[in-house]
Amino acid sequence: MIKYLLRKEFKQILRNGFLPKMIFIFPLNVLLIFPWAASYEIKNLNLSVIDNDHSTYSQQLTQKIISSNYFKLTNVSPNYNKALKSIEKGESDIILEIPPHFEKDLVNRQGGQIMISANAVNGMKGSIGMTYLSSIISDYNEQVVQDLMQTGAGTNSTPTIQINSQYRFNPHLNYRVFMVPALMVMILTLLCGFLPAVSIVTEKERGTMEQINVSPVSKSMFILAKLIPYWIIGFIVISIGFLVAWGVYGLIPAGYFASIYLFAAIYILAISGLGLVISNYAATLQQAMFIVFFFMMLFIMLSGLYTPIDSMPEWAKWIAAFNPLKHFMIVMRSIYLKGSNPLQLMNQLMALVGFAVFFNTWAVLSYHKKN
Amino acid sequence: MKQLISFIKKEFYHILRDKTTMMILLLMPIIQIILFGFALTTEVKDTQVAVLVPTNDEASSRIIDKLNASAYFDVVARIHTTDEIQPVFRDAKAKLVVVFEDHFGEKLRHNGTAHIQLLADATDPNAATSFTFYASNIINSYQQELMGENKNPYQITPEVKMLFNPQMKSSFNFVPGVLGMIMLLICAMMTSIAIVREKEMGTMEILLVSPMKPIYIILSKITPYFVLSCVNFATIMLLSVFVLGVPIAGSFMSLVAVSLLYIFVSLSFGLLVSTITNSQQAAMLVSGMGLMIPVMLLSGMMFPIENMPLPLQWLSNIVPAKWYIRAVKAIMIQGLGITSVLKEVGVLCLMGIVLVSISLKKFKVRLE
Repeated sequence: MIKYLLRKEFKQILRNGFLPKMIFIFPLNVLLIFPWAASYEIKNLNLSVIDNDHSTYSQQLTQKIISSNYFKLTNVSPNYNKALKSIEKGESDIILEIPPHFEKDLVNRQGGQIMISANAVNGMKGSIGMTYLSSIISDYNEQVVQDLMQTGAGTNSTPTIQINSQYRFNPHLNYRVFMVPALMVMILTLLCGFLPAVSIVTEKERGTMEQINVSPVSKSMFILAKLIPYWIIGFIVISIGFLVAWGVYGLIPAGYFASIYLFAAIYILAISGLGLVISNYAATLQQAMFIVFFFMMLFIMLSGLYTPIDSMPEWAKWIAAFNPLKHFMIVMRSIYLKGSNPLQLMNQLMALVGFAVFFNTWAVLSYHKKN
Repeated sequence: MKQLISFIKKEFYHILRDKTTMMILLLMPIIQIILFGFALTTEVKDTQVAVLVPTNDEASSRIIDKLNASAYFDVVARIHTTDEIQPVFRDAKAKLVVVFEDHFGEKLRHNGTAHIQLLADATDPNAATSFTFYASNIINSYQQELMGENKNPYQITPEVKMLFNPQMKSSFNFVPGVLGMIMLLICAMMTSIAIVREKEMGTMEILLVSPMKPIYIILSKITPYFVLSCVNFATIMLLSVFVLGVPIAGSFMSLVAVSLLYIFVSLSFGLLVSTITNSQQAAMLVSGMGLMIPVMLLSGMMFPIENMPLPLQWLSNIVPAKWYIRAVKAIMIQGLGITSVLKEVGVLCLMGIVLVSISLKKFKVRLE
């Protein structure tokens, strides 16, 4: 029985003309374009400098900031108001104001003050720019301290703690390494969530559902036949993802491919199950699309794709815990970057199995042969 | 005129009777605003930290206490050997490991220097940069304390000011973005689907043979979505001012004017989509692929456009949401007048005119 049903489903998908193309084009498009656009990597921040001191130190500091690659000097203003105007016009993002007597104060051991004003309308840019600028300044400061101490202006009797930072798993702080595995999750979710949601509703709209309802096909058999094709599509999609990640971005998982396939197999079942549940409740294609769209948006926002889950308030963390996307996102990033194995990801494994069982049982139960 | 009114009524019934879609359209902005306003932030908070302390002493425990006391960090684990570092990261127990060297306190007291290593899980590069920065600051502040009277005489202290958004609320950034997205979604996606559905169901034929002029058919189709968009605009404004505390710094009237212009552009985009597609599925995908994804990616709502490769930057210029979001940010957040967004307004006007003329030209009065 299931053999015939599956044959029907595959024919429907293959003869659609549009779907098979979509299965290849969508992941390729997303993986080739997204990682370039979806990046918080911030370079070339436009800097406006107000140098009221015109001393060697103030020039050295400015020079150091510009040579850091992160900042571009786009504006030199005589006073704060002029600099603020340039921010309003969008010509600069951050203002560095060096007060008069900066060098004098510094050399006379009073400590120098400088002012940083960042345009915080683009929150991310403002705060990251500020972080970069502050660390460059503190680097410069260390240099200055060393110079001054050496010239005998001071004695080094104070205890110092030397800090050495190391970035694990992504030493060059490459944003694409972070985004690509997550985008593979997103593609899988969109394709394997949207398509099943469409499939039952389409049968309803076309009236072919009646035929299934009067046939001896059992409820679980019908759902299973709807599920298996998307399961296979999911495997194709994720394999395309692996190829693109390797070919274009040179990314190879630090862990095993087998563990990714294992998790993916469970995850696709979970997300397609959700699609089928929605499909059972929706009356028209439009409704189904909007309900799926609504959930997808919620899932994607609360998955940690863009912003870290750790920074969310408690209530949002709770919602995120019930988000299959979040768990799979953690899995992909951990396996790809850190080389974690399924044992270390036991919590996620259990959660995904739970979702898969829950949604598919619900899908079978919510499918009624009677109207 | 009477005809037009009765047609508009018909369209309203279409929408009002599809309760699910209606609910989603009205709820979506509320949920988005709340999520964006409260849940989505990139600030560092309660990052889990593991510490490796080979020798317990006063200095290291003071630093650990300081880290734990700050809002940025939670010290969740203590490990004793370097072999334990990798598993801590792999099991996702901690994102930062602070490694003190052997006899840290002793070395600090006697030799004057001691070493700390900060190992960050850099899977999320920006988070990693931020929390290492904060951790270094905290350690430095301990060092300052130690110096006491002898404090570093050559200290450069940066005084930081965050302009226009002093508390660094992410909502200041996202409210304009959500506005740009919701309006486009409702106007363009919904209108296009509503028109294509009539084609798919065959009722378009009935409309076309009726004495109604095509322009009236279009007008009656877009009126309900126009009204819906206005309702959503009002909801978003109320929520952002009263719940999120994002003030409208500039003139409210210019904000409304720009928004109406944007609604017009979005509606005409929807019209265009409906004239070039024949099935709901296709319309949905064109507006999905052609609108939603570019709006999320290329409008500057989430990711800074300036850092994208040049071809994407050029592409972003044809995304209407980019110009609208820029205008809203200038008026609402920075409090600038309408004169400073003339360029944005001009581009939107141009887009609207081009879109409307193409779609009116392409609107088929006859069935093929």
